[in-house]
Amino acid sequence: MSETARSATEPGVFAEWLRRSTWVDFILLAIRIGVAALVLVGLAGGLAAGTYSAADFVSFTMFGLTIGSIYALIALGYTMVYGILRMINFAHGDVMMVGSFAGLFAAGGLNDAGVLGAFPLLALPLVLAAGMAAGALVSIAIERIAYRPFLHVRSLAPLICAIGMSFILQYAARGLFGTRNRAYPGFGWMEGTVSFAGLTIPIPQVVAFVAALIVLAGLLAVVRLTRLGKAMRAVAEDRDAAALVGIDVTAVIVATFAIGGAMAGVAGVLYALVFKQITVFMGFFLGVKGFAAAILGGIGNLGGALLGGLVLGLAEALGPALILEGYHLPAPYQLKDVIGYGMLVMILIFRPQGLLGERLAAKRA
Amino acid sequence: MSFNTVTSSFKVTRRRRSPLMEAVRLGLIAGAALVAFALIGAYSAMDKRAVIEGTVTLSQLASLLIVFAAGHVAARDARSGTSAALLNAVVAGLVAGACLSVLVWLIMAVNLRTTLVAASPALAKALSLGARIASLEALAQLPLIGAASALVGALVGRLPAGAGKAALTGLAAVITAGLFRDVFASMLERLPDLTGPDHEVFGSAGLNPGAAVALFFLAAAFALVRDRLALKRGGVPRSGLSRPGLVLLIAGVVLLPLVTNDFVAQVAMLVALYMLMGMGLNIELGLAGLVDLGFVAFFAVGAYTVALLCSSGPLAIADVSFWVALPVAIVLAAVAGMIFGLPVLRVRGDYLAMATLGLGEIIRVLVLSDALSPYLGGSQGIIEIDHPRLFGWELKSPVALYYLALVLAGVVAFVSLRLQNAKIGRAWLAMREDEDVAQALGIDPVASKLLAYTIGAAFAGAAGAVFAALIGSVYPHSFQLLVSINVLAILVIGGLGSLPGVLVGAIVLIGLPELLREFGEFRYLFYGIALVAMMHVRAEGLWPAAYAKEGVHAS
Repeated sequence: MSETARSATEPGVFAEWLRRSTWVDFILLAIRIGVAALVLVGLAGGLAAGTYSAADFVSFTMFGLTIGSIYALIALGYTMVYGILRMINFAHGDVMMVGSFAGLFAAGGLNDAGVLGAFPLLALPLVLAAGMAAGALVSIAIERIAYRPFLHVRSLAPLICAIGMSFILQYAARGLFGTRNRAYPGFGWMEGTVSFAGLTIPIPQVVAFVAALIVLAGLLAVVRLTRLGKAMRAVAEDRDAAALVGIDVTAVIVATFAIGGAMAGVAGVLYALVFKQITVFMGFFLGVKGFAAAILGGIGNLGGALLGGLVLGLAEALGPALILEGYHLPAPYQLKDVIGYGMLVMILIFRPQGLLGERLAAKRA
Repeated sequence: MSFNTVTSSFKVTRRRRSPLMEAVRLGLIAGAALVAFALIGAYSAMDKRAVIEGTVTLSQLASLLIVFAAGHVAARDARSGTSAALLNAVVAGLVAGACLSVLVWLIMAVNLRTTLVAASPALAKALSLGARIASLEALAQLPLIGAASALVGALVGRLPAGAGKAALTGLAAVITAGLFRDVFASMLERLPDLTGPDHEVFGSAGLNPGAAVALFFLAAAFALVRDRLALKRGGVPRSGLSRPGLVLLIAGVVLLPLVTNDFVAQVAMLVALYMLMGMGLNIELGLAGLVDLGFVAFFAVGAYTVALLCSSGPLAIADVSFWVALPVAIVLAAVAGMIFGLPVLRVRGDYLAMATLGLGEIIRVLVLSDALSPYLGGSQGIIEIDHPRLFGWELKSPVALYYLALVLAGVVAFVSLRLQNAKIGRAWLAMREDEDVAQALGIDPVASKLLAYTIGAAFAGAAGAVFAALIGSVYPHSFQLLVSINVLAILVIGGLGSLPGVLVGAIVLIGLPELLREFGEFRYLFYGIALVAMMHVRAEGLWPAAYAKEGVHAS
């Protein structure tokens, strides 16, 4: 095949592409076109069907931004760990679950101590702090057990260990905290909605969105401005060179896991505030979504995690109404996860460097 | 990398503590394990099952073993003499028992139940071992029992090698017999020549105390005699299984259901099914190094194909024999593997795990959705799948279906073995070790990966087809991510790339938890611990592949 292609003397981008591509590339191109057509036809059909009003779409968008900011917080943990270790922390989603439960018990404790009644506004930061602390601790434990022993071995061991840790966390939590769903407290002032510029938004959504942005800003400040952040960037760039110039690489890795875990803890508490219910099994698949967000934004890129989270959240919130409705499927919201996972798979295949990533992902993956 | 020692402080910074501190640390670790065991509810759940009738329950046995192990490790320190070693073990045991005492006291003093559901007075009662709940006597006896158990563990470790091994063999025999009472009791029932009725050996739940003592000495004596014989023959006592072991294992696998009851046959059937899937994933993960967490999707394709083709229910599109549907299912699963594989296989390592996980979940969500329920039944599934027939004889009993699954597993094992030693098998191994080098040597990575993925998917499809015929119905619920994780765990525990390892892994991870019903609730916790522990202690698996052994010896 290549012989005939090489003999074609006609220059040009298309001919060059044709010469260099294999049959796999053609099939991939066909898949790309197929998916694009599927989305466009669905979009046209969805807009033509007009099942939802503009107000509906606005509320979908608000919800998408909220859940997207939670995805972004989870994505940060993946992206930071990946940036430094070039490995995915498979148990990261369950760290979020642990943070969520820590927040629940902290809220219960505060309620018993009377703090919740006396200073309802103070309760939220305290509960968030509990979630962060628990998330950071569990994340450090994961690093210690699943990653540090295999730091210099190129094998499947960390991946398998992390899958094991994920199961240990889920089923230990199941044994410790029970299988039933737990209702999350609402701190009184969080009930109800706010009206803003003609929109009515539930308060927990606003709180989650704003809190996620504040935490993200804080994290960016840490990474950009502090000594630790500088060390983290150095280790991400070249671990051995960082060790040579006197950076304690182990400590930096631990700090990275701790910060990522704290972010997941915040995400867990915020998720629980929005959805009002938590279970011990919620972490894993939210973790997969967080990973999808991290990949979407460009793994290793903190701003990308935020962008990826918001895009994924919006896609999941708007997708069923916009695209699936166009095919007149019954109960399109059941297929919300198909959109999320579908985006994950498509990005991994077609643009592993993500929206903002610039470096070649094949080298790092 | 020459900076390994600089950047990896794992081994370097671990300080040597004094022996006593080391013992306290071990005791605290064992105590934490005991407390965790109690707080996840495992203690209460397993306390109902006796291992030795009226003497030791399963949970007590597990707790004793934890402390036993701690004592064993504490006494192993070569620096100290025998008396110091025994003292260390006693300290470790005391500390571990004290941790449990603190837990009992806490449960009764503070209400922990809003947070920790298992921390109930019932747990405190069970841990008080018949004494008044949380009385001084109850709290004091736990450290003492712990010290005694640790002391025994230390003594076994300090005995001369032959005697220590004999004691451990005896203990293992008693525990095995007690744990798998159902299997052994059902076998004894089939032996009419045995003089006494089986209830003399086994009580309603476990071994009888007299039988336990007899069994202990029998097994210990057997171990001693075997070692003597081995020494007389001039060889060193061998450890691990080899060719005779494999023959014995296969004989056991073939004959087992004939000599036990239907329940054990059902469990054996499940083991055979997971072996089928395990061998499929073994091609992908064990040989070609592709981490596939969406493996269950192909299992589902096989199961739904058979369901749609063989069901007499309303959703069926045909009503043909299982033997027609089976090849169709295998081919469809292989095609699905190819369609999935093509785009995904350019993704490497951890990314591949996530991509396949996403694909598997997409399939599950789609099957479950209302949109496809007119064709696939949604959450109601497809029911009334016909049992396979062979020469006019309906394969309906668990034993018959077990043999069906076993024959298929045998065929698949043969195919795997041939593939493994063929050119393509070596290409897979080369690619697993280093993809870039393999490509430089002229191996087409996409084509060989795709082949591995397709063949693995076909095996999973076969397993799914048998599954549908076995159960008689399929539901989306049966095709969760957990199945993929189960298969992955089987491979890791058995040894990546090792065919006997798949058998061992399936028995350990699927068979044993089914037989130990009290344990069933905690099996995934056990899987998680087993995965982590295997990677740390014995990364090559229980029955490593030949090349994995070579690698270990070379390094």
